[in-house]
Amino acid sequence: MEGKNSLRLDQEAILDIVFPGATVLDLGCGRGELLAALVEKKGVKAQGIEIDDDAILECVALGLNVFHDDIDRGLAEYGDESFDFVILNQTFQQVKKPDEVLREALRVGRKVLVGFPNFAVWSTRFQLGIRGRTPVTPSLPYEWHDTPNLHFLSILDFVTYCRKNSMPIERAFYFTSKRKVLLLANFFADTALFVISGKSAP
Amino acid sequence: MKEEALTQPGIGLAIVETQYYTFAREEPFETEGGVALSPVTLAYETYGALNASKTNAILVLHALTGDAHAAGWHEGDKSPGWWDNMIGPGKAFDTDRYFVICSNVLGGCRGSTGPSSINPRTGRRYALDFPLITVQDMVNAQRRLVDHLGIGRLLSVAGGSMGGMQALQWVATYPEKVRSVIPVATTATHSPQQIAFNEVGRQSIMADPNWNDGNYYDGEPPARGLSVARMIGHITYMSDISMGEKFGRRFKNSKPEFKFDPEFEVEGYLQYRGENFIKRFDPNSYLYITKAIDYFDLVNGQGLQEVLRGSGARFLVIAFKSDWLYPAHQSQEIARACKRAGVEATYAELNSTWGHDAFLIEVDEQSHLVRHFLKKVMASA
Repeated sequence: MEGKNSLRLDQEAILDIVFPGATVLDLGCGRGELLAALVEKKGVKAQGIEIDDDAILECVALGLNVFHDDIDRGLAEYGDESFDFVILNQTFQQVKKPDEVLREALRVGRKVLVGFPNFAVWSTRFQLGIRGRTPVTPSLPYEWHDTPNLHFLSILDFVTYCRKNSMPIERAFYFTSKRKVLLLANFFADTALFVISGKSAP
Repeated sequence: MKEEALTQPGIGLAIVETQYYTFAREEPFETEGGVALSPVTLAYETYGALNASKTNAILVLHALTGDAHAAGWHEGDKSPGWWDNMIGPGKAFDTDRYFVICSNVLGGCRGSTGPSSINPRTGRRYALDFPLITVQDMVNAQRRLVDHLGIGRLLSVAGGSMGGMQALQWVATYPEKVRSVIPVATTATHSPQQIAFNEVGRQSIMADPNWNDGNYYDGEPPARGLSVARMIGHITYMSDISMGEKFGRRFKNSKPEFKFDPEFEVEGYLQYRGENFIKRFDPNSYLYITKAIDYFDLVNGQGLQEVLRGSGARFLVIAFKSDWLYPAHQSQEIARACKRAGVEATYAELNSTWGHDAFLIEVDEQSHLVRHFLKKVMASA
């Protein structure tokens, strides 16, 4: 009951996108709050992959199936289209090879939900461009020396990337920490969530 | 202190007793190697109560030198059963909820039929007339016990090391009989390194003149040989770090005496463990059981994923990072097979410095995983 209230807007959006009874693979599922909500509200068949020792224990406490593994190498065993949805939310920017992980996600999933912090939001532009500091924002809350993020991309970067690699974007959602962003997302949105179809991927 | 522990609810099980089930009196039990055994006895213990619908039974499976006494105390015991920290009221295998069964394996020497049992055909101990057995044979015998107890489907099969192999064999052979599997610190296929360590142990026993081709029951047993085998075993069960923490380079008598007596603490420990092992373990059983696990291989042939495919069982695979005898990559292989087979599974690699022994010692996180996993399996009836 209270689970849904504690979810972020991007997680709420995922909850809306995923259809009941779907098979879902969450790459970097963390403590499993999103997967648990998907199981509870949508009755999905859920599988998580997570690298953090403590997070694994939390996931199991929530009754989830989770593999203690590195998502940079964790998908090879899955056959094509093994899942209705593969979720790469807020972990996409943290993997070593986002290119390969996304390609693999598109292979094993019919749809891939990719979410990441937008590096081109106005506040990061201001902090970097005007103040000359590495940005720290609600969606990029880390200092330069302790960030788990390995890649810094903007919404425009990702849209361009998908176009170039023939990865059809079906839907896109943009958020600040409090609300949806409907206009000039690359400037106003802290985070983005894309639904990509695996079908016509090369 | 023990008395106090027994009277406190939630601390542990009180006095437990080993029971015996004998079968194959008329129709012999056929081993995988095609030899007929008759009769066969399994020593077993149970903890907790079977519910009316018989859906709460868990079979716990022991490792190489374990026995049926997994939890609680025997009259006069100095220490409880080998997995007492995991089995009992309120513990991971919660005996307030579940009916837990543990049996000594076929080929063992702790009450089950093995090479030290009397061969009814000769009236003498089997010794090497006992057939070579496999993990499959162990599981087939357990199946008879589970049937005898009136359990159609086990809530879970769980065990570490060789116990984990039996758990995997259970789901491979009797997929319809198990709802979940908990293989801990184990492998789906015994590796050359693992076979090699076992072979050194066997050669050590067989090199002892007292072994006498296995016929030592009327005289002195090959205690020296068994002792060396056990010492090798203990080294492989620990880790570099745990040995460093436990013994360091400490001398037993504060300084070197320049003799070949056990001077270092680690030497004293190994010798003590080795020499005492003969009191509770039959050297021939050591040969048979190590051989059985060397034969264990669910990977070759069709591959583990084909074995698991469609089993419907849910898996909790646990490995320990410092375990170099059954390294985590072997558990990862089980987890990968679960992925390929599309079975529901959790894989957790726990931090521990205890090496292979961790599955007996590292209770907190293991308990957390097992407790929640079993709750989920029980709820998904």
